[in-house]
Amino acid sequence: MKDLLSRSLQTAIIFLVVGGIIALALGGYFGSASNWFSSMLVDTQTWFSTRFVAIQDFFAAPRDVNSLRQRNAELETEAAALRAQVIELSERASQVDTLAALVNYSRVNPESSYIAADVIGRDPSPFLHYVIINRGSNDGILRGMPVVTDQGLVGRVDAVIADAARIQLITDPSAVINVHLQNSDIEAVLHGSITSDLTLSLIPQDITLVEGDLVLTSGLGGGFPTDLPIGQVTNIRKREADLFQQASVQPVVDFSRLSIVLIITNFRPVDIEPLIPTLTP
Amino acid sequence: MRNLVAFPILTLAVIVQSSIVSGIPLLRGYADLTLVIVIAWSLQEEAITAWYWAIVAGALTSFITGLPWGIPLTAFLAAVFFSKTLQKRIWQAPLIALFTVTFLASLFSHLLSFAYLNVTGASIQFADAFSLVTLPSLLLNLLIAVPVFWLMRDLARWTYPIEEDEE
Repeated sequence: MKDLLSRSLQTAIIFLVVGGIIALALGGYFGSASNWFSSMLVDTQTWFSTRFVAIQDFFAAPRDVNSLRQRNAELETEAAALRAQVIELSERASQVDTLAALVNYSRVNPESSYIAADVIGRDPSPFLHYVIINRGSNDGILRGMPVVTDQGLVGRVDAVIADAARIQLITDPSAVINVHLQNSDIEAVLHGSITSDLTLSLIPQDITLVEGDLVLTSGLGGGFPTDLPIGQVTNIRKREADLFQQASVQPVVDFSRLSIVLIITNFRPVDIEPLIPTLTP
Repeated sequence: MRNLVAFPILTLAVIVQSSIVSGIPLLRGYADLTLVIVIAWSLQEEAITAWYWAIVAGALTSFITGLPWGIPLTAFLAAVFFSKTLQKRIWQAPLIALFTVTFLASLFSHLLSFAYLNVTGASIQFADAFSLVTLPSLLLNLLIAVPVFWLMRDLARWTYPIEEDEE
């Protein structure tokens, strides 16, 4: 009985002390002690948390580097593909511009019918100015047909196979074209050269040439249709000792950037060889 | 069967020449890849089919060039002739032979083209042709000669592997 009383008393005292401490804490009397305790708790937790994260990073880091490298490679591949796409699209845009100009040219000149062709090569000999196109006899291309761009005359078909043809440019050293000047209505002969310079010759001395005159095909000889633009007169060479004066011509077509051309398919060159008188002994 | 390797190599060379090399001029001249390949092949000790290569190269080039077929064919045959003649004399220095043959063959090829065009009435001045076409082409041919020679040497060793003596 005495033991039971003593144990109940102890329990009551413990409850009273704990209750009193809680009551004091709730009443704000343990503020500084509470702060110190919570601060210590937070510091301890921070210490553990920092170490844990460090250890976790240590084990998890290699996997992340690998995934980052993989992702980087993927992005680089994607960037390269996009760069290639940009180049392809800009090339297509340039091609569309060229085609639009050619379509416009064929609309403005509806009297002729045209076939467009890509330039796929050049003559292996640097002495010749020929280009290879990807259209041939299967597309109705015939030898002698004139070739133009939206800017002007390019040349004529020199040889044809089934799916390709060779074009002799007007700058070729062997090219000779009958031309006339638009403003002064003078007939002359245009020669190509190895340096791609065009020269007008057989111009009478009494004719006054003007720089900037437009040079057009005359149609004489039957090799080309009339009035296809070729270039402009740039440099006139007139010497009294010569029978004829000469002039340089700046071509309207940029032959170094020739990529697409039009072949005039409804023009048939005339062979005038039988009509040229020959000397008989 | 291994002689047939000339066809794909030379066809590819002519295509590359027409579509790429001819579009990279120095002044008015450009390299002649096909000619340099034939020269480099004919200077290989293992290559016994150099004349055959010259005929194939001549035929393929004649197919696309505006020159008559005899001009490129003669130029390639002359290149092999120069190679075989020099190879016997300076066989210990293949690079000297390579440069000499490239120089001579390129010069001969250009002189042949120039002569033909002049005979047919093309307006070509010799000074312009030599300074604007021939000299730059010579320089470019000499520049590509060495890498082409090493490629042809690898091709020759691959095509004609050295047979070891069995004891």
